[in-house]
Amino acid sequence: MSGILSLLAQTLRISVPYGLAATGGVCSERGGVVNIALEGILLHGAFFAVVGTHYSGSPCVGILAAAAGGVATASVHAFVTVTCKADQIVSGLAINIAAFGLTRGGLRLLFASASNSPRIPSPDAGLAARLPGGESALGAVLYDPLFLLAVALVAAASWLLFRTGLGLALRAAGEHPEAAHSAGFSVARLRWLGVLASGLLGGLGGAWLAFEQHSFTDQMSGGRGYIALAAMIVGKWHPLGAAAACLLFGAAETVQMRLQGSGAPTQLMQMIPFLLTILVLVLWVGRAVAPAASGRPYDPEGES
Amino acid sequence: MRRPPAGLLRLLPALPALAAVAVALLAGALAALALGVAPAAIAERVVQGIVLSPYGWGQVLYKATFLAFTGLSVAIAFSAGLFNIGAEGQAVIGSLVCALVGIAGAGLSGALLLPLALAAAFAGGALWGWIPGWLKARWGTHEVIQTIMLNFIALALANLLIARRFGMPETVRTAEVGAGAWLPRLEGLWPALRGSAVNASLLLAVAAALLAHLFLFHTPAGLALRAVGRGRRQAELLGLRPGRRIVLAFVLAGGAAGLVGANFVLGYKHYYEDGFSGGIGFLGIAVALLARNAPLAVLPAALFFGFLSQAGFVVNTLVPRELVDILTGLILLAFIVAEQARRRASRSWAAPAGAAAEEGAA
Repeated sequence: MSGILSLLAQTLRISVPYGLAATGGVCSERGGVVNIALEGILLHGAFFAVVGTHYSGSPCVGILAAAAGGVATASVHAFVTVTCKADQIVSGLAINIAAFGLTRGGLRLLFASASNSPRIPSPDAGLAARLPGGESALGAVLYDPLFLLAVALVAAASWLLFRTGLGLALRAAGEHPEAAHSAGFSVARLRWLGVLASGLLGGLGGAWLAFEQHSFTDQMSGGRGYIALAAMIVGKWHPLGAAAACLLFGAAETVQMRLQGSGAPTQLMQMIPFLLTILVLVLWVGRAVAPAASGRPYDPEGES
Repeated sequence: MRRPPAGLLRLLPALPALAAVAVALLAGALAALALGVAPAAIAERVVQGIVLSPYGWGQVLYKATFLAFTGLSVAIAFSAGLFNIGAEGQAVIGSLVCALVGIAGAGLSGALLLPLALAAAFAGGALWGWIPGWLKARWGTHEVIQTIMLNFIALALANLLIARRFGMPETVRTAEVGAGAWLPRLEGLWPALRGSAVNASLLLAVAAALLAHLFLFHTPAGLALRAVGRGRRQAELLGLRPGRRIVLAFVLAGGAAGLVGANFVLGYKHYYEDGFSGGIGFLGIAVALLARNAPLAVLPAALFFGFLSQAGFVVNTLVPRELVDILTGLILLAFIVAEQARRRASRSWAAPAGAAAEEGAA
């Protein structure tokens, strides 16, 4: 029993950054902007969480710094793709290349290391010590303040997108921007909002990665931003669906980590999340349809 | 809107690239100032270390050779409307297969082994490129995430094969390929380049760009490929069978990226070494973008990014060389923003007939 619970705890831990990034992807793409930059946003989130925590001594400051770093990164993507109407995929890739350089250069300048930062403390609201079951592996996750924040944010995104007028307008901007425009909404403003939300969520996802490892390591996002986009597709561009898909990815990764001691080559194990992503995307063709205008700049004076 | 003079209009296509480079220079200077380094000191390093140094130019050309192959890879795929973010993985697999064939055939004469090793590099990359092409043609999956995933898989696979099967003890490299497959370094031709890794595969890259240009713009198959890039539905109505073109485009793109093995394995180290690729696939996207996917323009674009990369190397003691990655990102962002502005400008300025010709050239 405790074995199953600890598996569940590990699955939840691994799923958090995926879930936050995938929900961010949903917010951005529902508004019509493809966000490959999530990989760089995760990386910046992790880096600024460590910088904020290291210099203030407080993980709270680290979390705020991660959120700010994520939003700042996303605002570059929003400016280039929404305001300037430039190519969304190239913008995302460019941001990822720059984020890789910024974090590695920052690591060398601030911490005089090419590979990792000093150790940082993790956030602890003291819930685990006071509430029942807090000493178990599962309790440690469930009472983690950042975990609770992540769950709340995914639920809030789901509610905002599908139960409010603002969500309806945002989805219209991604599905049929001309209609949103005729209804009196500013498509640009809605899309900015969606992209910034993805920056906030992705930044916090990065913070989780950093606190899990108690440090920043070079390239620590490790492709999670891209895998999160696959989870978003599997979850049919819905935060709850995406979160469920992330749990699936998290479970697969947990099993993979447990198998690592079994003698199978580690490199083979490392391939599993990536192979799984390819396979799942093949299986999901036709079952999930992207928002109609995602990837397409809204340009009323343009050709189309 | 009033139409500007024709001379200015003709310059228009070159403006985004110039704007991007200007933004990068400015941002680089600002970053240097922020780090407390005089931009003039950096410029002096670059002039001393590269511009006035034949060795420096040799290294620039060596790096540009990689980028010419990956840039061509991205450009060929994009001609068919496909985003190949997988050049990195294709280059890794191509180089590894190239080395393995070069080792297995060590006893053969150069006249036989060199073409074999080159074909192996192409075939290895082509095989890795075939996967996302087939997945897209057969199952309809989008190639962007698939090629990114295949990069990670290629890196892990190469690492596994080196660690478990083909690596020399205590190293992350293979044995040496047969001497018959070695490509000569250019220092033999021009002694001033002494010590730099630039080799005959530079000529191979130029030839590959010429071939890609001839194929895309002067053969029916190339025309069909570009027609698919213009519009899949229309191409299908013309009976062009887009699925096959997509697979072909990805196979050729992968093969071009695989030829990176000629530069690294056959021309420089003479063995495969784990982790050599270090982002050349992503830089290939930057190269293809600045070249607007024209194979012949890939060469100067590769030279530019090769220069930038070597510049990062020579200024590393003054400012972290990672600054080059940040500048690369900025160049791309500035380029796509300027490109978008150019498109709008040419739409509103050019006469209808001129507009069609303009867009056709882009």
